[in-house]
Amino acid sequence: MPSESLTSMENGAAADTAAAIRNYVRANMTALRDVDLRDDDNFFEKGFVTSIFAMQMLDFIESTFGIEVPDDRITLQNFSSIDSMTRMVGELKHAAGE
Amino acid sequence: MPDATAPEGNRTVKMAKCVVWDLDDTLWHGTLSAGDHVTLKPGVLDLIRTLDSRGILLSIASKNNHDDAMRKLEELGVAEYFLYPQINWNSKSSSVSEIQKRLNIGLDTFVFVDDQPFERDEVAFALPEVETVDAADYLTLDALPRLSPPVVTEDARRRRLMYLEDERRSESELAYQGPREDFLRSLGMVFRISRAGGDDLLRLEELTKRTSQLNSTGIHYSHEQLETLMHDPGHDLWVCELTDRYGSYGKIGMALVAKGQDRWTIKMLLMSCRTVSKGVGTVLLAFLIKRATAAEKRLFADFRRTSRNRQMLLTYQLANFRVVSKDGDDHVYENDLTVSQDYPDYIKVEVNA
Repeated sequence: MPSESLTSMENGAAADTAAAIRNYVRANMTALRDVDLRDDDNFFEKGFVTSIFAMQMLDFIESTFGIEVPDDRITLQNFSSIDSMTRMVGELKHAAGE
Repeated sequence: MPDATAPEGNRTVKMAKCVVWDLDDTLWHGTLSAGDHVTLKPGVLDLIRTLDSRGILLSIASKNNHDDAMRKLEELGVAEYFLYPQINWNSKSSSVSEIQKRLNIGLDTFVFVDDQPFERDEVAFALPEVETVDAADYLTLDALPRLSPPVVTEDARRRRLMYLEDERRSESELAYQGPREDFLRSLGMVFRISRAGGDDLLRLEELTKRTSQLNSTGIHYSHEQLETLMHDPGHDLWVCELTDRYGSYGKIGMALVAKGQDRWTIKMLLMSCRTVSKGVGTVLLAFLIKRATAAEKRLFADFRRTSRNRQMLLTYQLANFRVVSKDGDDHVYENDLTVSQDYPDYIKVEVNA
């Protein structure tokens, strides 16, 4: 069924996006190296996130996924977990017609 | 080009920051690749030294064999004055673009000097923001208002050296494998925040004019205005200096805070573009957030979006400042002070309040 296959394609893309973001976070955030981090964990509740890291994530997301995050999406909240970043990337790609 | 760095009533000629030279029959007499015995044109050496001492950066776009031309520049004793010389067979406009990327300054701050009308036209066509000058007029360069800053600060005099230090930094950054935080830690950065003193005002005035990417409003402040603000008990004027193991970046940032009864407003925040990858804008904001929290004030910030200051928008918004009102490009941010952030551990912050 077309709608189901579309959904699974979207799920697949989201899973890829989440994996790319997860790997980057693990490789670049020293404080998280030895921590068990779930996709819905909020970085700043865990006391890890810094604005500088959020900036680095923004840079990574824009260059990796070929999107430009518009001004009004640039909030600390949107960069607070792997889930929130994955969701944002999905929406921006969708809006760009991909 | 719309330029929010020059508000109404204050539109002056935009100062140039870099002069890019052709070599054959421009910097020197003769054509190197034709086997000529080339010599610097009369007055060129003085001109180079004068511009350099004013804090104007110099570079080269020349169609020549790179190694031969560099050897000749060494021999003539002028090689050290030129940053990122582009000596190759590419178009001059691509060379100027490359220099612009390396220096990370606006194209509209470039002056290009060449004896060939074709080359000047090619650059003017591809990069209309760049001012082109006929090499025949080279002796008038040091009198151009765009190349004659009214004051030359200590930071300006050291500008070329600071770029050379930056180059060594970025070489080690490229060679660094591993998380960026670890690299930043290896720099041993010290960030000093002090109240502005009389000696700082010329530099601060210069910063408000020269900075466009990491500038929250693009408003220019004159020496007199800054002096008044510095003495005004209703304002805090902060100046920042950054050093690391490669040397000092100089006075690279400022913040102006208007202190009302219950609310403080950051009227201006800026950082030199050379520090863009070091995250020090965030550190300065963290400092202001801590102070406002301790003083139990609400914290606001004025921001004017321009085509060039996205980096400053990121700095604010990712430091948890949110837009509370908006009028065209003018935003007012508020930080609800619920997320307090410590300074990153890879930078030592010294406060002299």
